Amino acid sequence: MQALTKRVKVLEQKPMTIMERLYLPAIAKGMMITFSHIFKKKATISYPEQKRPFSPIFRGLHILNRDEEGRERCTACGLCAVACPAEAITMEAAERKKDEEHLYREEKYAARYEINMLRCIFCGLCEEACPKDAIYLTETFAPANYTRKSFIYGKPDLLIPNPVDEPAGFEKAKGLIEERKANMRNNKTE
Amino acid sequence: MELLAIDFAIFLEKFILIFVVIMASLLIAMYTTYAERKVAAIIQDRYGPNRAGPFGLLQPVADGVKLFFKEEIIPLSSNKLLFILGPSLAMLTAMLTSSVIPWGGDIELFGRRISLEIADVNIGILFVFGVVSLGVYGIMIGGWASNNKFSLLAAVRGASQIISYELAMGLSLIALLMMTGSMSLGEIVRQQMGGAWGGLLGWNVFYQPLGFLIFLVCAFAECNRTPFDLPEAENELNFGYHQEYSSMKLGFYLFAEYINMFISSAIMATLFFGGYDIPFVNEVTLADKIGLNLTTLLGTFSLLIKIVFFLFLFMWVRWTIPRFRYDQLMNLGWKKLIPLALANMLVTGAVILLLKK
Repeated sequence: MQALTKRVKVLEQKPMTIMERLYLPAIAKGMMITFSHIFKKKATISYPEQKRPFSPIFRGLHILNRDEEGRERCTACGLCAVACPAEAITMEAAERKKDEEHLYREEKYAARYEINMLRCIFCGLCEEACPKDAIYLTETFAPANYTRKSFIYGKPDLLIPNPVDEPAGFEKAKGLIEERKANMRNNKTE
Repeated sequence: MELLAIDFAIFLEKFILIFVVIMASLLIAMYTTYAERKVAAIIQDRYGPNRAGPFGLLQPVADGVKLFFKEEIIPLSSNKLLFILGPSLAMLTAMLTSSVIPWGGDIELFGRRISLEIADVNIGILFVFGVVSLGVYGIMIGGWASNNKFSLLAAVRGASQIISYELAMGLSLIALLMMTGSMSLGEIVRQQMGGAWGGLLGWNVFYQPLGFLIFLVCAFAECNRTPFDLPEAENELNFGYHQEYSSMKLGFYLFAEYINMFISSAIMATLFFGGYDIPFVNEVTLADKIGLNLTTLLGTFSLLIKIVFFLFLFMWVRWTIPRFRYDQLMNLGWKKLIPLALANMLVTGAVILLLKK
């Protein structure tokens, strides 16, 4: 029969020599190999104490961004929902009232903004699609839960802390977003 | 009143000794399960149990508690009496052998000289063999009573394997017994202590290396340890003879295996590695210097170190060598080990005859 590739290696099947038939030298050799593994570096990461570093553009749970005055940036344009291949994003737009100028940045805003984390495939297309600098992915991932309903994240779950009430939390979130933007930029140029 | 003139203190001291030895075997067996998991992990570049207590030291306790609280299931179609008898017998036979092993020399307490061997019977080795052969009933009864095809198959495998390897084991020991001329384990240890280099050169392993090797291989088979763990071959028999067992009955079977390992390590150390003999040290002069009790304690410690080494060997081999095929197992037992043991016996006999001249 003609060999299909040139990599075929024909093994010669010789009867075993006495040394091989004794088994003991081979067993001793094998035991030395396992013994040497005692001194090798452990491959395990002790999870809750030690964490594996994520890649700089790891895509975890989403957050909705605010501007410096604490106003929501999202204008409910729907580009993220269109971009979403899993159809995980649902939103309802509403018009900003006179006395809501401190809450929403532009005249139109998302009255309802929901992401179904069970549908989401964490591809990050929503954050790429967003023209208003409003949605970003973070390094946290969805925790376990008992009901399907609890995996639908609404606006209270997604919005970053308001600088008016929690300046420290806002600064932290802002820092993370800036870092992420930089990382995404770097990733594109490569 | 002549009949009542027994030294009653001997009951007390034997009772205490039995208690201590059984507790120690249980404790050591407990921590052998921990050590097994740790050694397996380290050999496979992992950490092993490290959550329960410092370094995971409470892991065996947690395992025991878990097993106790598990639901006990006795299959409807099983034979109830035998089903319960199986694990009990496995545990009993595992513990029984410890009675003839000399755990140390003598200690002096309250003016009495107490031997650390529970029963220095003059047929110690025969006793060990008798009890070890009984051990097969634990497996056989458990497998039979479960009324499960896998269990039965495993039990039959286990029985034939243990019987086959017992032959080679006994034959390898006959050569040793021809040399020592005694079947008492205490006497065998005392003979080994007489060698040069503080007893080291008196160890039987230097006179019977082949006998030791055969005994070691057979000990692996008798304990159902890898590479001879065919009675519990997971990928062929699901779980082997204890497939239908749950809760602490399963725990007893698993535990009996570790006690068996401990006892067979102790027997190997006693027969071939000088028992409680401390190498490079003359026990008699040491006893004059630091006292008898301390010397005996050091001797027991030395025996424990030897036992721990053998336990490690058991685990080391388990995580190195894959399981034998059943026909290979039988080939090795009947066609290789038994002729080898016979030849060893013959050569030993001839040499003894020549030297006696």
